[in-house]
Amino acid sequence: MLKYLIKRLIFMVPLLIGITIICFVVMHLAPGSPTDIQTQMNPKAGAELKERLRSMYELDKPLYQQYISWVKRLAVLDMGISFSLDRRPVVDKILERLPITILINILSMILIIGAAIPIGVLSAVHQDSLFDKISAVFVFVGFSIPTFWLALLLMILFGVNLGWLPISGIRSLNYEYLPPFQGLIDLIKHLILPVVLSALTGLAGLSRYMRSSMLEVIRQDYITTARAKGLSEMTVIYKHALRNALLPVITILGLSIPGLIGGSVIFETIFAIPGMGQLFYMSVMARDYPVIMGILVIGAVLTLLGNLIADVSYALADPRIRVS
Amino acid sequence: MRGVSWHKFFTNKMALAGGIVVVLLFIISLLAPWISPYDPGEINLRMVLSPPSSNHLFGTDQLGRDVLSRMIWGSRISLKVGFVATGIAIVIGIILGAVAGYYGKWVDITIMRFVDIMLCFPAFFLILAVIAFLEPSIWNIMIVIGATGWMGITRLIRADFISLKERDFVQAARTIGAGDPRIIFVHILPNAMASVFVAATLGVAGAILTESALSFLGIGVQPPTPSWGNILTAGKDNIDIAWWLSLYPGLAILITVLGYNLLGEGIRDSLDPRLRR
Repeated sequence: MLKYLIKRLIFMVPLLIGITIICFVVMHLAPGSPTDIQTQMNPKAGAELKERLRSMYELDKPLYQQYISWVKRLAVLDMGISFSLDRRPVVDKILERLPITILINILSMILIIGAAIPIGVLSAVHQDSLFDKISAVFVFVGFSIPTFWLALLLMILFGVNLGWLPISGIRSLNYEYLPPFQGLIDLIKHLILPVVLSALTGLAGLSRYMRSSMLEVIRQDYITTARAKGLSEMTVIYKHALRNALLPVITILGLSIPGLIGGSVIFETIFAIPGMGQLFYMSVMARDYPVIMGILVIGAVLTLLGNLIADVSYALADPRIRVS
Repeated sequence: MRGVSWHKFFTNKMALAGGIVVVLLFIISLLAPWISPYDPGEINLRMVLSPPSSNHLFGTDQLGRDVLSRMIWGSRISLKVGFVATGIAIVIGIILGAVAGYYGKWVDITIMRFVDIMLCFPAFFLILAVIAFLEPSIWNIMIVIGATGWMGITRLIRADFISLKERDFVQAARTIGAGDPRIIFVHILPNAMASVFVAATLGVAGAILTESALSFLGIGVQPPTPSWGNILTAGKDNIDIAWWLSLYPGLAILITVLGYNLLGEGIRDSLDPRLRR
């Protein structure tokens, strides 16, 4: 297992290099140099800012040297200073907003796994039943619905009309005066809509995948064998079939991580959640390039880590992988 | 299209419904100048935010413009973005996938590593970052959505090419002296088109969703050009007083995307089982 883990970690190195190269290319996409745009957009920007930007991007040096020194700074988590008025280091701005984004994404992931697997298994085991048909409709609608629109509708329903759930931020105004337990309830109430909505697309996709994976497995000979030797249907389905059907699903889970992280821009903006996605949106609107670059790199690294976790879980679940 | 059982497709009610939605949308966007009741840009300040009525079936927006007319014209934007973005993704995907699958070895390794790297980026982050550096024009949006959405098609085509290139008909073509480009495009590619067609249909659905989300956030199609996404932005700003601004454009997106998804899945189900994965 350790050998497998080391192999995966080494495999990540070229990916990391590739990620930084693509980010670097994106950074140089802008017509003209980054300093031109920044100074054009901002009438207050004088020669001093332009000079600082030039030295930060080292635009006077050849491209490969610019790249190398950018990566060197990145390696020690120096992502530069934000262009916004607060002039704070980019890395501080991102790190203080990262926990809430990661919390929401992990909760969504738990919801996706917890709901999609039972839905997929039940629809496969009872193929063409009423449940299977209803879940097929749910899957198609869930996959096709613009989630930001559904967010608007749910805000009108639960926030404005029924008044059950708060529709912005992560804490109520009187949060400081609440006892710890009620504070937790308050946080949960704020997180319900964002978590459910960001899970929806992945949930629909994974249920469908789980269903087809399960359908494939229960047609296999070893399932017939398990039935033939007189095991109960429960044991056959949940012990023999489920474990095998879950394997390909783990890979799909890993692949759904970028979508989940990308969605945080939309939901954090709609629900005014002070996370990394909202920071990204504000930085894009303000053309705060150092922050945009920083979040782009961190988003990709988070995806990479998520995929590593998926790979390791796969290896834990399937002995064939770690031996070979 | 080789490998598609049309009989099976036409007996699949869901797929047929999806196909009808897609065709209807084409007709609506084609006939937009003749069927939209008002000029989509016509401002009427005496009719600001008026609810649905017989004059304005879907109500009016914050400038008194007719929402139905704006939605009809907005369907053109959705179709344009959906098709151009997917077209770009398919061209990139076919070329890279065919080259990787056909030549194999280091060419394959290099291209597939590149795919792995691109898949590490949350696509929405990459799109937003690029648009922040460029201008949020409709052409830039189509290019960026296409340029960040080709990886799945590359993988599909590569897998098809790996299994097809060893077949007898490819050997036969090679024996009579056909060159690589001819074998790739004339002999192998037509046999892989069915799965590309499925991926393309689902890709249009995804591109339409992405465009609407970008326009909703104000980074996509810019007003006054009407798009379903930017009508929803006005809906969000007037969420407590004008529900019609939020409801109808969103429904239009849902029905359109659902149509393309049902059509794509329907075609996949009618694929020859030997080609289906």
